[in-house]
Amino acid sequence: MISVKDLRKSFGKLEILKGIDIDIAKGEVVVVIGPSGSGKSTFLRCLNLLETPTGGQITFEGEPITDKRHNINATREKMGMVFQHFNLFPHKSVLQNLMLAPVKVKKQPPAEAERIALDLLRTVGLSDKKDAYPSQLSGGQKQRIAIARALAMQPHVMLFDEPTSALDPEMVGEVLEVMKKLAEGGMTMVIVTHEMGFAREVGDRIVFMDGGQIVEQGTPAEVFGNPQNSRTKDFLSKVL
Amino acid sequence: MNIFSVFWEYRTYFATGIQYTLLLAAIGVICGFVLGIIISLLRMSRLWLPKLIGSVWVEVLRGTPMVVQLFIIHYGLVAFGVKFTPIESGAITLSINSSAYLAEVFRAGIQGVDRGQSEAARSLGMPRSMTMRYIVLPQAVKSVLPAIGNEFITIIKESSIVSFIGVTDLMYQSGAIQGITYDYLSPLLVIAAIYFIMTFTLSKLLGAFERRLNTDDQR
Repeated sequence: MISVKDLRKSFGKLEILKGIDIDIAKGEVVVVIGPSGSGKSTFLRCLNLLETPTGGQITFEGEPITDKRHNINATREKMGMVFQHFNLFPHKSVLQNLMLAPVKVKKQPPAEAERIALDLLRTVGLSDKKDAYPSQLSGGQKQRIAIARALAMQPHVMLFDEPTSALDPEMVGEVLEVMKKLAEGGMTMVIVTHEMGFAREVGDRIVFMDGGQIVEQGTPAEVFGNPQNSRTKDFLSKVL
Repeated sequence: MNIFSVFWEYRTYFATGIQYTLLLAAIGVICGFVLGIIISLLRMSRLWLPKLIGSVWVEVLRGTPMVVQLFIIHYGLVAFGVKFTPIESGAITLSINSSAYLAEVFRAGIQGVDRGQSEAARSLGMPRSMTMRYIVLPQAVKSVLPAIGNEFITIIKESSIVSFIGVTDLMYQSGAIQGITYDYLSPLLVIAAIYFIMTFTLSKLLGAFERRLNTDDQR
């Protein structure tokens, strides 16, 4: 579904990604772990071109999205993204947050968009907040709304950029719960996270990144149970 | 002669003055607002030509006296066969002058909106223009509302320079009344009061508007 070849990204002289190769299959849940500064967020942000790669290519559903002539907006409609800091639109109500892109971008009739939005709010357990504004929500609620907002576009893949890192500890669970449900529903997901327990439980594949490269990858049992690379061992010994 | 009798005796003069002052200020505010947004977007463009045009526009209009701009537009452009009526010249000058100041206000507002906002919008497939219109601009305008109000008040006051080219605004009418009555002070005090009532009302209205915006989405 997503195919990444020799992906490189530099900021000025600093090379953040030093050639990433990975293929992600439909329905797969890939969890990217690694120390801060390892380039995992940059990698994720390159997948929907929020960062423009300096080299290599990315193919999504057969289309070369890194090609200059490719219309990235059309691709982004099919790739939902959830951010560390939620980035809900503060001047719009919860319902408007969910309906804006489907109505304006996908030209969905508002009635249909609203039906889908209300469905999603039920899924994330926040039906009663549909008329609230983001400022009236807790961090965990905001992130669940942000997930629902991304899902409202009915994407084929969901990208999560440290979705629980800005949350108070007691709110992490409710967000992971929603993500787990999503994974069980068969959604293709790429998740950057520091939640090792969650990675082990929900991930189909664990990707360990360090220094802008994929150092090791495998099933959770392989990577967590029997890490091969010394850097993986070192990292896991610190976080587990 | 006292202020009140001057006011009452020449009320039709003042009424005319109020009309023209309000008309020009309103045009200046509305056109300056729209033009200001366009200029600020030009200035932040990724392409060098629009960026240059936006920067030159702002720097030149901010860096030269408005009365000079007015005279150039009204008297100077005649040399190129461009002839405006006094009201047209006044409206153009006020609009472009305020657009330069407002463009800077908008730029500050737009750049003040969290980057994550446009990233979220873009990640949902919204093109750049749509992101600007639905996500960035509404938040930017809201955050710079006090500065915009300031500029609106300035426009009302500065509109008085159109009296130089013969628009019968408040300032011009006070001169006319001075000529009739030989009372220098009273007409000035009357128009000062009228200007103050206009600006004070506007400032209160904007304050109320700001509070209303704040009730629904505090961050």
